[in-house]
Amino acid sequence: MLRMLRTRRSRGIIIQAALLAAVGALVAGMVLTARENLIAQGIATGFGFLDRSTGWPINVALIEVSDRSSYARMLLAGLLNTLHVGITGLAGATLVGLVVGMMRVSGNLVLEILGTAFVETFRNVPLILQVIFWYAVLTHLPPPRGAIDLLGVGFLSNRGLMLPMPDWSGTDLLLIAAALVAAVIAARRLGGERPLRAAALALAAVAALAVLLLFLGHDPARPLISLPQRQGLRFVGGLTVKPEFAALLTGIVIFGGAYVGEIVRAGFLSVDRGVLQAARALGLSGWQVYRLVHIPLAVRAMLPALANQYVWLMKATTLGVAIGYPDYFMVVSTAINQTGQTIELLLLLMGGFLVINYTLGGAMNWLNARLAIRGRN
Amino acid sequence: MARAPAPALPPPPAASGLAWLRRRLFATWFDAIVTVLAGAALVWLLAALIDWAFLDAVWSAEMRERCRETAGACWAVIEARGRLILFGLYPHEAHWRSTLACLIVVATMVLSCLPAFWGMARLAGLWLAGFGGFVLMMHGGLFGLPVVTTEQWGGLSLTVFIFAAVVVLGMPMAVVLALARRARLPVVAGLAALIIDTVRGLPLLTILFAAAVVAPLALPDWAQGDKLGRVIVAFAVFYAAYQAEIIRAGLQSIPPGQEEAALALGMPWRSVVFDILLPQAFRNTLPATINQVVITFKETSIVTIIGFFEVTASASAAIGRGEWGAYYVEVYVFVALIYFVFVFGLSRYGAWLERRMRLIRG
Repeated sequence: MLRMLRTRRSRGIIIQAALLAAVGALVAGMVLTARENLIAQGIATGFGFLDRSTGWPINVALIEVSDRSSYARMLLAGLLNTLHVGITGLAGATLVGLVVGMMRVSGNLVLEILGTAFVETFRNVPLILQVIFWYAVLTHLPPPRGAIDLLGVGFLSNRGLMLPMPDWSGTDLLLIAAALVAAVIAARRLGGERPLRAAALALAAVAALAVLLLFLGHDPARPLISLPQRQGLRFVGGLTVKPEFAALLTGIVIFGGAYVGEIVRAGFLSVDRGVLQAARALGLSGWQVYRLVHIPLAVRAMLPALANQYVWLMKATTLGVAIGYPDYFMVVSTAINQTGQTIELLLLLMGGFLVINYTLGGAMNWLNARLAIRGRN
Repeated sequence: MARAPAPALPPPPAASGLAWLRRRLFATWFDAIVTVLAGAALVWLLAALIDWAFLDAVWSAEMRERCRETAGACWAVIEARGRLILFGLYPHEAHWRSTLACLIVVATMVLSCLPAFWGMARLAGLWLAGFGGFVLMMHGGLFGLPVVTTEQWGGLSLTVFIFAAVVVLGMPMAVVLALARRARLPVVAGLAALIIDTVRGLPLLTILFAAAVVAPLALPDWAQGDKLGRVIVAFAVFYAAYQAEIIRAGLQSIPPGQEEAALALGMPWRSVVFDILLPQAFRNTLPATINQVVITFKETSIVTIIGFFEVTASASAAIGRGEWGAYYVEVYVFVALIYFVFVFGLSRYGAWLERRMRLIRG
């Protein structure tokens, strides 16, 4: 035994075996304790509870759910809510970040001050505080009777934001899809010497065609766009954005935008000045340098940091529980409360987030590899 | 065909302050338009902010009737509800203890930021004393101080305590995880990688929720401890997973020749790690570390959701639905300022540290 400890190799094997045994014992001990406790509480383990009906509703959902829906369906609704607010939030944060980041590298002093003030204000305050704040703002709005009129097309009240929504039938959608396909084909055909101009022309032509087709093939009794209308104490028609969703989205877009803005700024600053000067010296105009050299190189420098930020923002959607937005976490924790199926639901919760985040991370890595300049790492 | 070189241009004129301003504001006509429009927006924003926060504001609770008439901020709500925001549910007559405890932790944080305290033994001693003082003040039970259980802890001192405990506990964990992930033993490295990658893939809230609500189910009674303790340990693991990757990046940035040379000279492994590798790893990754610490401070607000009364939760409680309900903006702005002061201070300290390190390196 003592001789075995002397050689490096066998010592390594012993250490690893001991570690494995310790971890195994720890996990086994926790599982056994949990089992014992669950049996004492009279809870059967397994995933059978997924088919039972929940008995509780959620207030925001993309698919139809009620208190009679099964646990499986309720969990799906929660997962879709997480993806909904997450993906919309990522898109919004990217947009805000691009604007703010470019303001800060624009060279214009006033724009720089505005951009810096935005970043320093919203990056240094916790996201959850911002989400709670926006929720308070939205729920302190006047009731539907005194709703704020947004130029006649939408309303803002303490029930949420009412917006017009396209009300398209299956045929309408088909026509639009056909027009889009035609646009792509036409743009490819016409794109020759001046690809940008040809593409713009083709797009304009086909957009006109699409509008024409749409009106020809459309059922005249149905309006193309459904407008929200006030009826007594509530609204009918249009699209209703619930305050819970709007507050969480606003928080993620602004907080994420401040962080993405910093990434964008760093990306633009990371481009070597010599490369830009070389492009100028080759006779490219300022705008051409920007479009053909500065932006492509900056985007490549941003991608890895952006991927991390996206994963972080996706995880931050769980904060919606603080204002009652029924995301995946909130549905799972309510389900744990109601059924006591702790272990199974916790596994589903962690599994769901790991799948979302690894998919997102994998997609960003793929994009990064696709865009990488050949011959550089 | 040889061409004669173009005549040399005259040197650019020396930059004056006015020329600089002109270049930054009115470089082209397009810039000029943008400057005028954005400048007008900036001035309008500033004016509105100053009007709201200072000129039209109501400052004292005695004049709270005026809050309903003015368009400005009603800071009177801070005077009326400030104690609730800063102390949460902590017993009213013992607020001085919470204040003192908060000051102890902040002082410990400031002291450990000073280079004079950098050293394993000194830092460990400092933090043991700091946490000891904090718990003695907050919890009581000695020297005739009545006991206040952790369920009643709250407000700013809870925020600061959670933050300090998470970083102080998490940092050694991060070092262990980073070293383990680089170990030559595959089981050790694999286990560390599994822990780090899993924790980083999960939202902090799910981990804290598991620690607060689910852990009692899987742990025997003697190992459960206090809910606050469990949450802090889980938070520290989360922090450590991120910090470990930062340290690992720092370790990778050191040329392998240094480690080989030190081992070849016969230095013991512990000395190689603690005297050669880790100091450089920390220095190389200082900006990332400060960034992670700042994020951790902001994320302490998440414990609100699992039922702790730190400063974000007590702000919501302070607003309530009663007479001060209409002045939620003032309360949230006040709490945001508290966070801002801490976070801004931390990031300034980080910038100072970075400059200092660069000077040493030369």
